[in-house]
Amino acid sequence: MTVNDVKEILNARVLAGEDQMDQEVRSACGSDMMSDVLAFSKDHSVLLTGLCNPQVIRTAEMLDIVCLVFVRGKVPDDSVIEMARDRGLVVLATGHRMFSSCGMLYAAGLGGGAI
Amino acid sequence: MDDAIHLTYPISPDDFTRAGEASSDVKRKLKQMGVNPEAIRKVAIAMYEGEINMVIHAKGGEIRVDITPEKIIMVLDDVGPGIPNVELAMQAGYSTAPDEVRSLGFGAGMGLPNMKKYTDSMDIETTIGVGTKITMVVNI
Repeated sequence: MTVNDVKEILNARVLAGEDQMDQEVRSACGSDMMSDVLAFSKDHSVLLTGLCNPQVIRTAEMLDIVCLVFVRGKVPDDSVIEMARDRGLVVLATGHRMFSSCGMLYAAGLGGGAI
Repeated sequence: MDDAIHLTYPISPDDFTRAGEASSDVKRKLKQMGVNPEAIRKVAIAMYEGEINMVIHAKGGEIRVDITPEKIIMVLDDVGPGIPNVELAMQAGYSTAPDEVRSLGFGAGMGLPNMKKYTDSMDIETTIGVGTKITMVVNI
């Protein structure tokens, strides 16, 4: 699916990367622990998190993550969004909780990758 | 002839917001040099975990990176408390990080295991009260 599909499915707002919504995403990872994300995330992936600090952007940068989704209505401050823009990341924000957001994407065909 | 590229980064302690800047810079440089993406990914993840560790557990230190045509060598040298039990620290899930670090998204006990997982070799020299030196190699 594309980043735009993710946005539609999660009824999300776009906070950064409006011009990159047609990028393809192949898997997703949901966690507030960045080391777990670093251990398991795959290429072309979406990261769902409730953590709002700059290390989320750095983690996404190290992994070449395509799209970040802040869940539970969380919105990081402007400096964090600016960091994401500088790195060409798409940032979405949804009011859905982590479990629901992951479930909605999974039900729509986005997997988590092999263990 | 020495055709290696040497990079040195001082790592400040307790500056969590800036942690990862060195790894970010190395990743950008490797990309510009046209190193294969899989090697870049491995270096970026391993070095980033190490850099975070230096900020969380140690009192900062220095990271030296040597880039040769065959491999990338990262040496993370800190002046922290040392690791009392390296074998235990290498177990996935084992962590001595305080709760405030966990609230920042780290301290899941995956740092050292991740560093080993993403590198072709990793060597830890540690002395209690003096510091830790971790040498990691990623073959290109």
